[in-house]
Amino acid sequence: MLIDFLFELRKHKVPVSTHEWMALMEALALGLHESTLDGFYRLCRTICVKDIAQYDAYDQAFLSYFKDIHAGGVALTKEFEAWLMDPKALEGLTDEQRAALRELDLDKLRELFEQRLKEQKERHDGGNRWIGTGGTSPFGTGGQHPTGMRAGGGGGRSAMAVADQRLFKEYRRDVVLDVRQIDMALRGLRRLGREGALEELDLDETIDRTGKNAGELEVVFHPPRRNRVKVLLLMDVGGSMDPHSELMSRLFTAASRSGRFAKFRSYYFHNCVYNSVYEDAQLRKAVPVADLLAGSDRDEKLVMVGDALMHPGELLDPGGSMYLYAQSRASGIEWLRRLAHHFRSSAWLNPEPERFWQGTTIEVIAAVFAMWPLTLDGLAQAVRYLVRGGERPKIGEPEKWARF
Amino acid sequence: MGEEQFDQFRGTDTYIASDELRHAVNVAVALARPLLVRGEPGTGKTLLAENLASALGLPLVRWHVKSTTKAKDGLYVYDTVQRLHDSRFGGDVKDIAKYIKLGPLGEALAAPSRVVLLIDEIDKADIEFPNDLLLELDAMRFRIDETGREIVAQERPVVIITSNNEKELPDAFLRRCVFHYIQFPDRELMAQIVRVHHPDITDRVLDNALEVFFGLRATPKLRKKPSTSELIDWILALKKSGVDLAKVGHGIPFLGTLLKTEADVELLGKRAKA
Repeated sequence: MLIDFLFELRKHKVPVSTHEWMALMEALALGLHESTLDGFYRLCRTICVKDIAQYDAYDQAFLSYFKDIHAGGVALTKEFEAWLMDPKALEGLTDEQRAALRELDLDKLRELFEQRLKEQKERHDGGNRWIGTGGTSPFGTGGQHPTGMRAGGGGGRSAMAVADQRLFKEYRRDVVLDVRQIDMALRGLRRLGREGALEELDLDETIDRTGKNAGELEVVFHPPRRNRVKVLLLMDVGGSMDPHSELMSRLFTAASRSGRFAKFRSYYFHNCVYNSVYEDAQLRKAVPVADLLAGSDRDEKLVMVGDALMHPGELLDPGGSMYLYAQSRASGIEWLRRLAHHFRSSAWLNPEPERFWQGTTIEVIAAVFAMWPLTLDGLAQAVRYLVRGGERPKIGEPEKWARF
Repeated sequence: MGEEQFDQFRGTDTYIASDELRHAVNVAVALARPLLVRGEPGTGKTLLAENLASALGLPLVRWHVKSTTKAKDGLYVYDTVQRLHDSRFGGDVKDIAKYIKLGPLGEALAAPSRVVLLIDEIDKADIEFPNDLLLELDAMRFRIDETGREIVAQERPVVIITSNNEKELPDAFLRRCVFHYIQFPDRELMAQIVRVHHPDITDRVLDNALEVFFGLRATPKLRKKPSTSELIDWILALKKSGVDLAKVGHGIPFLGTLLKTEADVELLGKRAKA
């Protein structure tokens, strides 16, 4: 009978496996729960939940199973989805109808969407208010509204934002990169070579020399294989990067792991690199870019991380920095070019979702640096590019920006 | 299993464990599964193993994991170089077993009776390290390939594993563990812990010290919050110097025992001025 609780847990995204469930059953048979609900609560959590981040979800599952509290919202959403998966067709709109539909901005739209979602009780097709299919309400699928929002199902011509599952995927823990995944991806970033102290027995050489010595043993050592890749990490901090700070700190944690690279240095910048980068995230200890380049081997791998989003003036105008202290005769893009030209291989990782790249300064910067989104896939491709070279991804129209 | 048998671990004279921790330890012992302990540095993760061993009256085998530690090193090391050297000078090298040295995990499995095995800071090693241990921790047996000897644990050791980092360990490994997150002690528990280490402390001094300590921990943006062991050192320093906290007007005496980074000391200075 407790099996339902297992599925309740899994429904709340607590990844309980059969392995753990069997252990729990064994523990219950041993009476470790002391025949109390409190005891069971502790016992089950100890065995089934391995991450404090999931404790909250565990509590919810526990509450909903044992106190019979239903999370009604979830069921409702499923029902919505079922209606929306089966859209009713709508003929084209007349010009008057089109004009009559007021344009809404995104925030207002979301607000209204949530409000309607709460009020709505049943299926609607072909109307102009409720979330449904084939109508002119700004919400739903298969309908027409110049600035409407799509919820579920297939494409409607006028959806301005797509509020179906794909939007939320990025906020899920299993899609967002965690330290371990980044760690695994960064493993590819290596070029092994023997350097340093003689610590390992060189078996082949020992046999060889011993043979030449007519059986008189000669033991030969060589240094262990180590990663010789050197990495220089430059990270954008503050302002528009704030929402990505958690992801950035995970990347930094994985990259700065001791012994991972032969040499690892990291600096910070804000918005765009001008004449200096900074040793600290508070941007107090400046290091002139000229000094940085003078002290860097050309074979270090330069990894830039930032959203590359700014006012075009900040990137393209000489002295374009919005901060007086960073004023410089060269434009931001010029400084970026200097960086890119100094190093044999470099890459830019962008935490901003790829669908927002078009028509922004991201395209301009992508003409200078090979750029990938900071996702598992993007990171893996960037690592491959840094080690082996190859094609750069084509983003926007690089030729257009070459003259700036 | 009877009640007394289950509730084997109740903390010791020098180690105060919360109810939840005691429960988790007892579950791990009863189910014969490794206990994975996480929590802020300084919450006594490593001490737990020592005290569990002394509470159960079992020997403790420690395995301190480093960034270069390999899973196989924990089982055994075959000292080929020594054997080669010996052969060179005509020694008897036929017996390979002479050159096999058991590692901490191997020792724990080969022990004639039950032991407590501490695998400390497992997250420090290579990312695949925990996966390489799965089989041995599951079956509690391994084979020395060079001699063909099979080592099977007579009694499953009690395994305590500590880790500092969140979400670093592979799922397959986590599935096999029992998990406990040691929360930072609240004021009441902390008072108990301090009393264990400084039995002669008066209520007034303890109160004042805890006031300062928890105030300090509540300071936002501290890089490293002071932990239990630092509090205990600090109280020792206060006692030895005879400084009375209630009479000190501004500033915290012996701040260096509580805050370990320059940035934190600076930050605190600024807040005091503001």
